[in-house]
Amino acid sequence: MKFGIVTFPGSNCDYDSYHAVADSLGLPAVYLWHKSTDLQGVDVVILPGGFSYGDYLRAGAIARFSPIMQEVATHARAGGPVLGICNGFQIACEAGLLPGALLRNANLQFVSDTVRIRVENADTMFTSRCEVGDVLRIPVAHGDGRFTADDNTLDRLEGEGRVVFRYVNEHGVPDAVANPNGSMRDIAGIISSEGNVLGLMPHPERAMEDLIGSADGRRIFESLLARVSA
Amino acid sequence: MSRFRVAVHIVPRKGILDPQGKAVSDALHALGFDGVSDTRIGRHIVLHIAAPDAKAADAQVREMCGKLLANPVTEDFEIATVERA
Repeated sequence: MKFGIVTFPGSNCDYDSYHAVADSLGLPAVYLWHKSTDLQGVDVVILPGGFSYGDYLRAGAIARFSPIMQEVATHARAGGPVLGICNGFQIACEAGLLPGALLRNANLQFVSDTVRIRVENADTMFTSRCEVGDVLRIPVAHGDGRFTADDNTLDRLEGEGRVVFRYVNEHGVPDAVANPNGSMRDIAGIISSEGNVLGLMPHPERAMEDLIGSADGRRIFESLLARVSA
Repeated sequence: MSRFRVAVHIVPRKGILDPQGKAVSDALHALGFDGVSDTRIGRHIVLHIAAPDAKAADAQVREMCGKLLANPVTEDFEIATVERA
C-alpha cells in the first residue's frame, strides 16, 4: 500500500506523516506537491497538519483550491481513503469532503498536549483494529479545533455512526475539561458518509513509537493497512 | 465596465459560540458599558472589482462570499457598501 502525503505551503506535519508511514510502518510513501495534479498512484492520501497558506481567511480555506486538491477530491469520490489530520481535517471540511467546520478553540488558546480519544465506531477502515470504547492517547496541537455543525448535521453524524472519536477523560468519559477545544459533542474525529474520508484534530502520526510517549496512533494506520490490503 | 469598491462584513452566525466576541463583551462590561448584550467579531473585506454596474458588482461579491469569503456552515455575510471607485 502506497501513501501520498500532500505538502501545501505551510504544511509542517508532512515530514511526521512521512516518518510514520515510511520509517515506523516501513511502507512506501511519497510527497505530493500542492501544485501537482498527479497522485502518483497512491492508495491513501494524507492531508497533514500545519498552517497551509498561513491559515489566511480561515484554516483550510485556500488549500482546497490548490491543483492537487482537485485530484484528492476525485480520489475521495472514487472511494479512495483520505486521512485528514489537524489542518488536513480543516481542509477536508472546507473542501466539502466532510461536513461542519473547525473554529477557534473555545478558550482562544493554542493547545499543545496529549489527549485521550475514545473509539466510537470500530467498523471503519481507520478503526478496524480497535474496539468501541478503546481509549487512545494521541497528541493535539491546534488553535482552531472546535468542531462545529448545526444540530441536524450532528444528529445525522451520530445516527450514522460517523462520529469516530470523542475526547474523554482518564475514566474514558467525555467532559468539558478533557475536551481541548470546546468541540460540539466532544467530537475529535468524523468520517464521510461513504466511510473513506476520516478527519481528526489529534495527530496519530505523532504517536507511532512508545519512545516518544505513545504508540496508539499505530492502531489507525494498522487498521487502514488491514482493510485496504484485504 | 466600471470599477467598484465593495465592502463586506462577515460575522459568526447567530448561535455559534464566538469566544472572542464574548471576551470583548466581558471586557466592555468591566469598563462599565453595561448595555452591551452581545459582541460578534468577524472580518471586514474590501474588494475592488470591475463590473458593468453596481447591481452586478453586488451579485459578484455575493457569489464570492458563497464560494470562498464566508463559510456557509458558520458565518453570515452582509454587503455593507458598493461604491463606484
